[in-house]
Amino acid sequence: MSTRVVRSGYLLEGVRRFGLTGIFFARLLAACVRSLARPRLIVAQIFNAGARSLIIIMLSGLFTGMVLGLLGQDVLQRFGAETALGEVAALALLKELGPVLTALLFAGRAGTALTSEIGLMRATDQLTAMEVMAVDPMSYVAAPRFLGGLIAMPLLVAIFNVIGLYGAQLIGVGLLGIDRGTFWSQMQSAVSMRDVTEGIVKSVVFGAVVSLIAVNEGYQAEPTAEGVGLATTRTVVASSVLTLLLDYVLTAVFL
Amino acid sequence: MTGSESPQRASSAPADDAVVDVRDVHYAIYGRPIFAGLNIRVRRGLITAVMGPSGTGKTTLLRLITGQLFADRGQVSVFGRDIASLPGSQIYATRRRMGMLFQNGALLTDINVFENVAFPVREHTDLPESLIRTLVLTKLEAVGLRGAADLMPAELSGGMARRVALARAIVMDPEVLLYDEPFVGLDPISLGVILRLIKQMNQALGITSIVVSHDVQELATIADQSYLLSGGCVVASGTPQDLARSDSETVHQFMTGSAEGPVKFHYPAPDYASQLLGVDEA
Ligand SMILES: Nc1ncnc2c1ncn2[C@@H]1O[C@H](COP(=O)(O)OP(=O)(O)OP(=O)(O)O)[C@@H](O)[C@H]1O
Ligand SMILES: [Mg+2]
Repeated sequence: MSTRVVRSGYLLEGVRRFGLTGIFFARLLAACVRSLARPRLIVAQIFNAGARSLIIIMLSGLFTGMVLGLLGQDVLQRFGAETALGEVAALALLKELGPVLTALLFAGRAGTALTSEIGLMRATDQLTAMEVMAVDPMSYVAAPRFLGGLIAMPLLVAIFNVIGLYGAQLIGVGLLGIDRGTFWSQMQSAVSMRDVTEGIVKSVVFGAVVSLIAVNEGYQAEPTAEGVGLATTRTVVASSVLTLLLDYVLTAVFL
Repeated sequence: MTGSESPQRASSAPADDAVVDVRDVHYAIYGRPIFAGLNIRVRRGLITAVMGPSGTGKTTLLRLITGQLFADRGQVSVFGRDIASLPGSQIYATRRRMGMLFQNGALLTDINVFENVAFPVREHTDLPESLIRTLVLTKLEAVGLRGAADLMPAELSGGMARRVALARAIVMDPEVLLYDEPFVGLDPISLGVILRLIKQMNQALGITSIVVSHDVQELATIADQSYLLSGGCVVASGTPQDLARSDSETVHQFMTGSAEGPVKFHYPAPDYASQLLGVDEA
């Protein structure tokens, strides 16, 4: 009996959160239109979310590509197809690994920073103070951060992919001796515009989801140290799970 | 209710001179009533003190006045208009005529002191940079912190942060200033400075002030009119002198700071002696 009550409590809580996020998203979109009048704030947030994640994105991209080079070579040579390494690495990065891994890293690096920053602003009355000064915190704080994340994500994915391809080439061509020309020409002939589009769509969707969750959690966080900590955790968990779930959906759509 | 209006200045102020008029306000949070029939009038050009024990809803009252919360019943009129009936843009327009000092300052932590004070100006006007500079430095000078213009909020003490917040609250020349617990945690010097500043803003600039606090002694020196809140409504009002002379037990307890009286200091608990002796445990 009591477990059922608890379970329905969890369910209700989940539905409530989902609804709140939906309402928040609608308000956020309206605020985004207004915040376009403040390009300086958006640029600052692109820097915050994007430039500050650059190092970890580049490092992760390099190692992901290098692993692709090693594994790809190992698997492909069992079929005598090691010349297809360029194609395999490019498709894996563009369609899947680039957007997904970048989104997960982005959630951990920029998403948590956004949530705790906004949550602390709420806890120290800064958002209330803005409201009293007749400045809408939705369009001054939330919208620029959402837009900054939304714009930064596809750019980070592009950088991740480029560095990843370089890493794959480094191993495949440099270490394992695949012909450089074959590596790149295979890639060029195999990758279609549709594959590129899939990657871009994924990175935009993931960017929107992670930024929305991060900003929303910060905004709704209970204004205490503990509340902000919990909200930060929820940002990572929710955006990781949702990224992987949507990844499946989008992959199915693009098949 | 004890006493009446401020004796010297009330006669010159007509009845509709209320800048803020709180009429029969009922308000509950999560079903727990905070206000039940609250009545407060704030007259133009006066310093109105709102006192009351912790948790009576003083901060909530300020949030009702700034239109961040709306009354369940009753009416909060600001500048003669019911704030709950105004559309969002009008509420924002109304807020621009008010300034509010938060208890902990609530400075924006990612910009320095100068930019904090300049924030409302930049948001609401297109003044040239040189004018903004003059304006901000003037206000900082008024609170004695012109030299701190380049510091970040994290580098300020609590008292300094509150003075910067005060400079920010007055930078747009508001008609009404709301102070939430402006005296808490200040050393005697900062306290004196803040008290003098509140008085100065009122006398030199004619700013109507609402000071929310439980520091009775400090308020008595500056308030023209005071209200004592308890249990969701006004239990006493009048000049500080009126309150001091009041024979109401609640007022007396609050003014003298006694733990015994109608306002319970202790949270409800089982009998002290029997709990210590462990009688209840068995
Ligand atoms: N968000 C909230 N959720 C639940 N209860 C709240 C909330 N905000 C305020 N309260 C309750 O409302 C009552 C009034 O709060 P308020 O902050 O207005 O008190 P206050 O008079 O300003 O107290 P203090 O002098 O300690 O600042 C308190 O008892 C508090 O428990
Ligand atoms: Mg309070």
